Amino acid sequence: MSEHQAKLYASRTNIFPRSVKGVFRNIKTAILVLAYGIYFLLPWLRWERENGPSQAVLFDLVGRKFYLFDLVVHPQDIFWLAGILIIFAYLLFFVTGLAGRVFCGYFCFQTLWTDVFIYIEYWVQGERPARIRLAKQNWNLEKIRKLSITHLLWLMVAFSTGMTFVLYWGDAPSLLVDFMRGEAPFAAYATAFFLTATTYVMAGIAREQVCTYMCPYSRFQSVMFDKDTLIVSYDALRGEAREGRHKLGAGCKTEEERAQQGYGDCIDCGYCVQVCPTGIDIRNGLQIQCVSCALCIDACNTIMDSMGWRRGLVGYTSEQAQKGKAKPRLIRPKVLGYASVLVLAIGLLVWSIRQQAPFDLSVSQVRQPIFVRLSDGRVQNSYEIKINNKMSRPIELSFSLQGLEGAELDMGAFEQIRLEPQQRLRLTGRVKMHPSGLARQNQSFVIVAAPQSAELPTLQYSSAFYAPKS
Amino acid sequence: MAEQLQNKAVQTTGHAWDGDLQEFNNPLPSWWLWAFYASVLFALVYWVLFPAWPIGSDYTKGLATATFKNDQGEEVTMGWNSRAAFIQEMQEGGDALKQKAYLQKVSAASYDEISRDPEMTAFAESLAKVVFADNCAACHGIGGTPPIVGLYPNLRDDDWLWGGTFGQIEHTISQGRIGFMPAFGKVLDTGQVDQLAHYVLGLSGHEVDPAKAKLGEVIFQGEEGGCHYCHTQSGKGLYSQGAANLTDAIWTVADVTGQNDLKDKVKLVSQVIDEGIQREMPGWSKRLSEIEIKLLTVYVHSLSGGE
Repeated sequence: MSEHQAKLYASRTNIFPRSVKGVFRNIKTAILVLAYGIYFLLPWLRWERENGPSQAVLFDLVGRKFYLFDLVVHPQDIFWLAGILIIFAYLLFFVTGLAGRVFCGYFCFQTLWTDVFIYIEYWVQGERPARIRLAKQNWNLEKIRKLSITHLLWLMVAFSTGMTFVLYWGDAPSLLVDFMRGEAPFAAYATAFFLTATTYVMAGIAREQVCTYMCPYSRFQSVMFDKDTLIVSYDALRGEAREGRHKLGAGCKTEEERAQQGYGDCIDCGYCVQVCPTGIDIRNGLQIQCVSCALCIDACNTIMDSMGWRRGLVGYTSEQAQKGKAKPRLIRPKVLGYASVLVLAIGLLVWSIRQQAPFDLSVSQVRQPIFVRLSDGRVQNSYEIKINNKMSRPIELSFSLQGLEGAELDMGAFEQIRLEPQQRLRLTGRVKMHPSGLARQNQSFVIVAAPQSAELPTLQYSSAFYAPKS
Repeated sequence: MAEQLQNKAVQTTGHAWDGDLQEFNNPLPSWWLWAFYASVLFALVYWVLFPAWPIGSDYTKGLATATFKNDQGEEVTMGWNSRAAFIQEMQEGGDALKQKAYLQKVSAASYDEISRDPEMTAFAESLAKVVFADNCAACHGIGGTPPIVGLYPNLRDDDWLWGGTFGQIEHTISQGRIGFMPAFGKVLDTGQVDQLAHYVLGLSGHEVDPAKAKLGEVIFQGEEGGCHYCHTQSGKGLYSQGAANLTDAIWTVADVTGQNDLKDKVKLVSQVIDEGIQREMPGWSKRLSEIEIKLLTVYVHSLSGGE
């Protein structure tokens, strides 16, 4: 046995990221503001609808309709969800193949919310050294005050996050009032509580642990990496040179002096390590913990600028480029493949949404029994006819047959039917026909639903008529 | 790796095999361990609240309960189990209450109103489908068509023995029916039965021996057979007697449509005349509630379109 007892479990070491200014920080902040703006304000956006809620985006589970601006999504459009998931997946593959973990670094909620929580921490407790000092010092009034303010603000952000999520599933203004009065449905409280708790824990306490240990995306994104993928990387050739990195000191201040002594351009200031939200040292190379947030690039560039040296000691590059092979190659078969599937999926989804008819017709043949003989010698087949008015005005439909000569359609009392706005109905249709008129035992034909107003399309649904051999 | 080891950059578990084979230690985050403890704690709480451990032929019931009303209307509270929770949900759940309210509406509406309202019709049909499958399908078949011709009437066709209006169907379901035709083998000889069969087949347009049919007509319309008392002189039958319409293409007892040969058809019809018919449908008013019978009436009516 060695002198130290190996520990099977490691506690999290607190990370106190230092703030940094730069291009990538600005991009991240812009994305953050945009994402928060959309997420928190969207439920409050009102929208004129003839029939239906006046909320621009509303997921109405009870009414089984999703309202997205002028689009109303019905349960039977569920395959659009598949389309959206395919698009998101390929967008992720495409972007990752091209530029690495861009999603992780700039767009993931974990990153965005953690960023906000770190900012709150910074705002209340101060810059990195102040926060480290506060964490180390004994409990006193200052520590209690600062920590409780931090956690209180965190909880407020977490609650707004959970609350806002809930507002997407009901009429936002009235739901919020009901929620505060204690009159909202249980599901609203449960969801708000759950998301408050997870946001607080994930963005406030767990942070990089989520990315490193919990998130499956962070793991499988490495599968899409290749030698040409853009990664955030330290230029070791330049930074280490012959004798390695070295702090600034007497006789090794300028580039010329350092070159003479064989030291690289890295002055080992540690700024890139201090700004890292996952607490790694980018100079150790590509690591699974790195979410490609690019803050270390900003940090290093700040230092290089102040030294008056060339930027890019830490920067976006690829493994190929690092080996000195020209610039990163962006257009590659893999990237093109992802892009074409992406374009195809988007095209299909848009086409499908534009194809959405103002009302639906579907017909299924009753198969138990598949036919019955009638007293006048004819054969009767029954059909379950489902109609669904997706419009905000009523519609008058009449049914008829096509492609079945001499057959009669019996809709009972519902030959002509009025469908109220957003109404769904199930009707029974009986088709009667003499078997001698049939060319085949199983004859396909079409049930036609014709709306009275001429501007609406006539819908058809094909089915089959079965008669036994006479 | 050896370098890393020497530099103590990598922690090992301290185990060594064959002198130098060592095991790297990549410790799990300790919150993972806490999550495990939390799930253990969850299980403990679960054991206390819900049925969990078998003890002999018994089991720990748990503290959670489910309350519902039994058939006698008494409130029953028992240890939580999925069946009791289901009954409770069906009695008190939001959707169940909504269904009940709609059921009230249907039960207050007349048959005419229901048949003109597509929503009420669809509602009645979906509920009745289940009642039908539980109570009626054993004889009438799922979907209302019995698998074998002759045993039970087909509810899908447009031929009715006892009438196909809402009122007649409801009466049939709640009171039941006894379908009876005497066995004519006792009063007619084989030749007469044969002649009758020819006549009856001829009524619905089958090609028969005209001479035999002529003789059969005399038996049918006369006092000897007396068939016209129930089947009427035109052969169209009487709802009040449950007597079949003999002039249409539908055969509810003898599977005439399944035969091609006149001889086979005559044989089947003769057998019916010879042996008579004795069929009974029980009345359901004692086993089914009023509303169930109403729903069933709407359903049976819709199977064929009714009358």
